[in-house]
Amino acid sequence: MSKNSKFVTTLMCIGFTFLYIPMVLLVIYSFNDSRFVTVWGGFSTKWYGELLNNQLVIDSAILSLQIAFVTACAAVVLGTMAGIALVRFGKFKGRTLFSGMISAPLVMPEVITGLSLLMLFIALENALGIPERGFWTITIAHITFSMAFVAVIIQARLAGMDESLEEAAMDLGGKPLRVLFDITLPLIAPGMISGWLLAFTMSLDDLVIASFTAGPGANTLPMYIFSKVKTGLRPDINALATLIILTVAIGVFIAGWLMLRQDKQRKVDEQMAAMETTKDEQAA
Amino acid sequence: MPLDTKIEDRPWLDSSIEPFIKIQNVTKKFGAFTAVDRIDLNVYQGELFSLLGGSGCGKTTLLRMLAGFEEVTSGHIFIDGQDMAGIPPYERPVNMMFQSYALFPHMTVEKNVAYGLKRDGVPKLEIASRVTEILDMVELGQFASRKPHQLSGGQRQRVALARALVKKPKLLLLDEPLGALDKRLREQTQFELMDLQEQLGITFMVVTHDQEEAMTLSTRIAVMDQGDIIQIGTPTEIYEYPESRFTAGFIGNVNMFEGRVTNNSADHVTVQGTDGTEFYIDHGQNVKEGQKVWVAVRPEKLVINKDAVAAGPNQLLGTVDDIGYMGNHSIYRVKLASGRIVQTTAQNIVRPKDAEWAVDWDDKVTLTWEPSATVLLTK
Amino acid sequence: MSDNAISNESSIQERSTLSWLDDKLQQSWKFLLLLIPYAWLLIFFLAPFILVLKVSMAEPAYARPPYTPLWEWAEDGYLTITLIFENFSYLWEDELYYETYLNSVVIAFNSTIMCLLIGYPIAYGIVRSSTSVRNILLLLIILPFWTSFLLRVYAWMGILGQGGELNDILIFLGILDEPHQFLYTQFAVYVGIVYSYLPFMILPLYASLEKLDMTLNEAAADLGAKPITTFLTVTLPLSIPGIVAGSMLVFIPATGEYVIPDLLGGGNVAMIGRQLFNEFGANKDWPVASAVAIALLILLVVPMMIYQHYQAKETEAA
Repeated sequence: MSKNSKFVTTLMCIGFTFLYIPMVLLVIYSFNDSRFVTVWGGFSTKWYGELLNNQLVIDSAILSLQIAFVTACAAVVLGTMAGIALVRFGKFKGRTLFSGMISAPLVMPEVITGLSLLMLFIALENALGIPERGFWTITIAHITFSMAFVAVIIQARLAGMDESLEEAAMDLGGKPLRVLFDITLPLIAPGMISGWLLAFTMSLDDLVIASFTAGPGANTLPMYIFSKVKTGLRPDINALATLIILTVAIGVFIAGWLMLRQDKQRKVDEQMAAMETTKDEQAA
Repeated sequence: MPLDTKIEDRPWLDSSIEPFIKIQNVTKKFGAFTAVDRIDLNVYQGELFSLLGGSGCGKTTLLRMLAGFEEVTSGHIFIDGQDMAGIPPYERPVNMMFQSYALFPHMTVEKNVAYGLKRDGVPKLEIASRVTEILDMVELGQFASRKPHQLSGGQRQRVALARALVKKPKLLLLDEPLGALDKRLREQTQFELMDLQEQLGITFMVVTHDQEEAMTLSTRIAVMDQGDIIQIGTPTEIYEYPESRFTAGFIGNVNMFEGRVTNNSADHVTVQGTDGTEFYIDHGQNVKEGQKVWVAVRPEKLVINKDAVAAGPNQLLGTVDDIGYMGNHSIYRVKLASGRIVQTTAQNIVRPKDAEWAVDWDDKVTLTWEPSATVLLTK
Repeated sequence: MSDNAISNESSIQERSTLSWLDDKLQQSWKFLLLLIPYAWLLIFFLAPFILVLKVSMAEPAYARPPYTPLWEWAEDGYLTITLIFENFSYLWEDELYYETYLNSVVIAFNSTIMCLLIGYPIAYGIVRSSTSVRNILLLLIILPFWTSFLLRVYAWMGILGQGGELNDILIFLGILDEPHQFLYTQFAVYVGIVYSYLPFMILPLYASLEKLDMTLNEAAADLGAKPITTFLTVTLPLSIPGIVAGSMLVFIPATGEYVIPDLLGGGNVAMIGRQLFNEFGANKDWPVASAVAIALLILLVVPMMIYQHYQAKETEAA
């Protein structure tokens, strides 16, 4: 039942247009034959070809994907641990500091996180000779801020979960660690999956922190894009943007479709169950 | 109807009185689903009318149409002679007490109660005095500055009631008004609600699924099922004179027997049950001989006899299968020769010696009842 | 017989070793579960901040790293600590820094208000849509999150430029006679920030509006409130947690934003995030860069704590 007035509907349409026009234009101009991005010179896919032949793009994309993958996996492990500790461990010494350190990265300006981590890496490098700046320093930086997001997702999911499920498992003889693996983790699995995806995309998307913590050799995809677009518009970047938008859109819509289907199935199941209930009542 | 009371207490029997609420041929559809199906209902000034039914019977939809939250798909609703078509909720002379109470969590009790008066542009001084008056009436005077979450369930219920009543509506709608209270509080509040209604003279329309609540509160009850009104009547009529198996079964417990009419006279009807039992009904009814009918007998109308009884109609022989001791009364489940279980109740009038009751497990008993207690149902 | 007894004994011992290990694990897993993320955050989140604080009070030097140590062991065994607050007073005295800070806060504040004004009707509209439409609209709000932030800012470079679509439209409508350079102006930075951070405003607003009990609106209507009054007296006050959370999620990162002022503002819009980046990258003045970071952090501590407070309340309520 939609209860929106025309006024609200109009504002919504304007808002969504504002959100999507830039992306639509990016896609359109990626097929522009002209070298000048905003002047239409006929349909062409030549920029895609140029993009795929550009070894710098390929290399930086591979580096970014590797960093994002390692980041996502590590962030899920650390974030899940932190989330469980915060929701299920009650009060412990240093809890305030811990929860503060978990939620601070969520709102910390990137320039500060980036600068401070670089300071640490350089200090460590001077003192111990490790780590060499590059893949691992970027990854550590990304894990640090994205584990906070995972922890928040896990926290929300655990808080909404009935603790008596875990208590029931213990009552039936499950030792705490067994219960963690048999009950808690399967129930928060959806949260872990969305946490993984979030950490992956945030790592893939980050420019500022990577710029601070990357060594001279490492160049992630956002860093490459940034260095190119700083000087102006580039049609091959439009082609790259189109590929990214397309991938994400397909992924999101498949996920959305699956969710919708699951939702419908659940409704059907619930209806069936309700009918069974009425039958039971009639029989009684 | 065999009950005689003063006519002014029963305005629905006086055809010269104009109904206060007229619901005419009202239907409500949600897509393909029909929630309310061509309902006609008249409610009179000062009544405490209950809509009784299980979940999904359409009672809440009907109430929401009166409040103006749902538009009627077809038909008309008149309140005090005014057609409600197209009138939004905020312009109707109707207030509602919500099942969840819907108290504004960010406002104090006082602000909650004053909310409706402010919307009507009532002068500040008058608002203050009316709020104080109604809060005193529901005994919440000292809680005026509390927020809803600082109140107990019973107190919240009374705030919701005060908030709806302070506007002096022509009609107060109550959606499961006692549903969220525990049993003891519910019984007490029932009587408070009745007193308040009598005091203010406002017409109340209550939605409930609780038959006991409906029986105690109401002047009249409409029993609803699947969007239809099955029967309208006073609590006594609904309980003692059900018109269908649905009503008989929905309100209270009942022993139901299937059979065929064997004799149909002006002053009595006899029915032979499928298991051979003879039933005698002491008044005439519009049935044909050989017609399939049902006979209903309430458990409390059955008398347990341990000694042999002279053969006749309205008798059931069996053994006591189970006894449920409730303190003030006991429930007996008697197994008939056919294997069927019949339920009966008996007041525990005497205190048993040595904790031995007169009727015990596995006793052979005969159940009998008055011919007037037999209800003949054709549908 | 005796062989049998021995093997029995050893198997008992084995089992007891296993169960001892199990017992230890059952006792210590909680400790480990907490220790690992705790240690990680102490090393990679807290320690760096302390380091920045330390460097901000050091003097620049031609060394590696390019700042003086804070403490030195003098030859006679005394510890001397040199704290230089010069870097901070430099920020205060230099008009450039002062104005950059002020400008960042003003831009972030105005952008937050604009996001709120645009985002509220959208969040409200989504909540009041039918369930299936609502899911699709939510997906459309979240989708930009998953695409590159950098590329979405880049898209505006094209639109706002002299040959861009904004000029095309304004000239077509007769509002402008000749192309105007919108890119590299304060206006462009506003557009970029509002555009990029709008979803951060909408989602918390949606979350708080969605939680609202619709019967409260019905109750207000029942008591005589017209829709607009219901909105102002019930919906709006009850969505304040969402408004605060959304505003903080826009204001805090917008104040420290680097990419948007750099790409859309060019050199014409001074914002502190960009200043810090340049101080660090181009001038190699680490102590001043650290002082800038600490000053920025002090500026944002209050909004951050407000956000934390509301966040904690939300989790408590859930």
